[in-house]
Amino acid sequence: MGTIPQEHYEPKEGTTAKWINDRLPIMGMMDHLNKFPTPKNLNWAYVFGGILVLFLVIQIVTGIALAMHYRVGEYSSFASVEQIMRDVNYGWLLRYAHANGASFFFIAVYCHIFRGLYYGSYKAPREILWIIGVLIYVVMMATAFMGYVLPWGQMSFWGAKVITSLFGAIPLVGESLKVWLWGGPFVGEATLNRMFSLHYLLPFVIAGLTVLHIWALHHVGNTNPTGVEVRKQSIETVKKDTVPFAPFYITKDLFAILIFLIAFAFFVYFAPNYLGHPDNYIEANPLATPAHIVPEWYFLPFYAILRAITFDIFWIIPAKLGGVLAMFGAIAILAFAPWLDTSNVRSTTYRPIYRWWFLVLVIDFFVLMWAGGMPAEGIVPLVSLLGTIYWFAHFLIVLPVVGLIEKPLPRPETIEQAFNEKYADKDDADRGPSGTAAAQPAE
Amino acid sequence: MAHADDKHGHVADEDRRDILFLATGATAAVGVASAVWPLIDQMNASASVLALSSMEVDISALEPGQEMKVSFLKAPVFIRRMTEEDLATAAAEDVGGLPDADARNPNHPGAQATVEERLVDKDSDIIVLSGVCTHLGCVPLGDGAGDFNGWFCPCHGSHYDNLGRIRQGPAPENLPIPVASLDGDILKLG
Repeated sequence: MGTIPQEHYEPKEGTTAKWINDRLPIMGMMDHLNKFPTPKNLNWAYVFGGILVLFLVIQIVTGIALAMHYRVGEYSSFASVEQIMRDVNYGWLLRYAHANGASFFFIAVYCHIFRGLYYGSYKAPREILWIIGVLIYVVMMATAFMGYVLPWGQMSFWGAKVITSLFGAIPLVGESLKVWLWGGPFVGEATLNRMFSLHYLLPFVIAGLTVLHIWALHHVGNTNPTGVEVRKQSIETVKKDTVPFAPFYITKDLFAILIFLIAFAFFVYFAPNYLGHPDNYIEANPLATPAHIVPEWYFLPFYAILRAITFDIFWIIPAKLGGVLAMFGAIAILAFAPWLDTSNVRSTTYRPIYRWWFLVLVIDFFVLMWAGGMPAEGIVPLVSLLGTIYWFAHFLIVLPVVGLIEKPLPRPETIEQAFNEKYADKDDADRGPSGTAAAQPAE
Repeated sequence: MAHADDKHGHVADEDRRDILFLATGATAAVGVASAVWPLIDQMNASASVLALSSMEVDISALEPGQEMKVSFLKAPVFIRRMTEEDLATAAAEDVGGLPDADARNPNHPGAQATVEERLVDKDSDIIVLSGVCTHLGCVPLGDGAGDFNGWFCPCHGSHYDNLGRIRQGPAPENLPIPVASLDGDILKLG
């Protein structure tokens, strides 16, 4: 399987492994995954995929445990969450791990997405791999949003109302669509119930998409910081450019996971509500909106885009619809990156002009995040609008134009060459001028 | 594992690597175990369930020969005030000849299934029984049902006498007595 030549799995005659593999090639698949030739020059930006898989598992496992105690319902949801916090054994840990787990899931996914944008992971032949990734991100957002509704606090309720009202902006069908989503003329029991149902379902959709994502990855192979492809002529050339996934990248990923989990544990144990909103500890009240409603931090950039459109676009699209289109468009445009980018150089390392624009995009992301979290007054609407304009301009203007006008820096011929150039000097330095250090006894 | 030969530096390296490997593995095992335990423990009874595990029942209205049924831990508990005649009949039985001679009374552990040991309090005339058949968990019928004027389980035909002792049928044990104590007219369960 895959376009990268890899040693074929041959179990020994007469072994249980062979008996199983002849009937279901699962041993061969495990072997493929273990030995998967991974470019030997991957840097720390490439550890987030493994972290994301772990967090998907953490979210599903803690979520299933929470669902054993959560009682969905207009009059029971809020109370049952408090009961989880006070009465259920380790309920506080499960809930805090699940809530902060969502945040850390998004930290990792944003790192993963910007890694992909920087190293051109979306370019041929990885367009489908990239689009599946964008789909995963969209489903993640839907899942996180619905999960936030479940405690049925003030933020849950008003978040649900505001976000579902977005669909009301759609011309002609919007109003009926909204009533259909709500299960009636108001956000209530019916809305809450369907959110719980879907919140339980969608993580498994993410898991399925993740399998497709990894399948596509294993078919085309990883990118790497040079953007130069692994030489696929033969197993020998592949071996010069890659190392087997196990133990090399498993160890590296595990180390990154450890560091990430330490940060996660800090939040779970010492600042469990830092990323949340106190208003969500007030039970849902359909008669009073909190003074300042904001979504969770990971939605803020797109929330800022939603609020940025305060005027009718081209005189025909009303502001309300414009905001909704801009918000969904800002996410959807990611999927078109493979065709908007005209540069045939993958890695931004070798793109002297584009790398500055990339930096602007990252800053823009954080500026929008800041703007999304502030009340829409003073300078905030203007900042949101400028941020929104740049977000779209980056994909619609910068990506196509810079690719045409830029003169890329010289790239290494092969991964092997880049790797040797980077580490040869270092090794010499470690060994000393005579290169004899390695022969000395270790302490 | 490391070779016995330690003349060369790389052997010491291997030893160190083994120790690092074992230490990492041990730390990981502790980490995984402490992550898994909350997931197991969350399925144990929560504080709100444990809070249900004791209740008080006012039995002042119970006349001799009457019985009442209360729900305790989502299961029936039979409370009956015995008549003089009941006590006499029950006392006449030879405990040794019963299918189950154990009192099944956690308030008097290991006692014989005599009248005194089956009653909630030796000096009282109150018997308290878990209303769950020891065969397969059905709720027996009361008010003198069955061939022994006690309780009769309609599911598979187990007959209990007026002290809730199994006399005939497939049930293996006497109806157990819950943890209970009597304070005047107030019966405390649990």
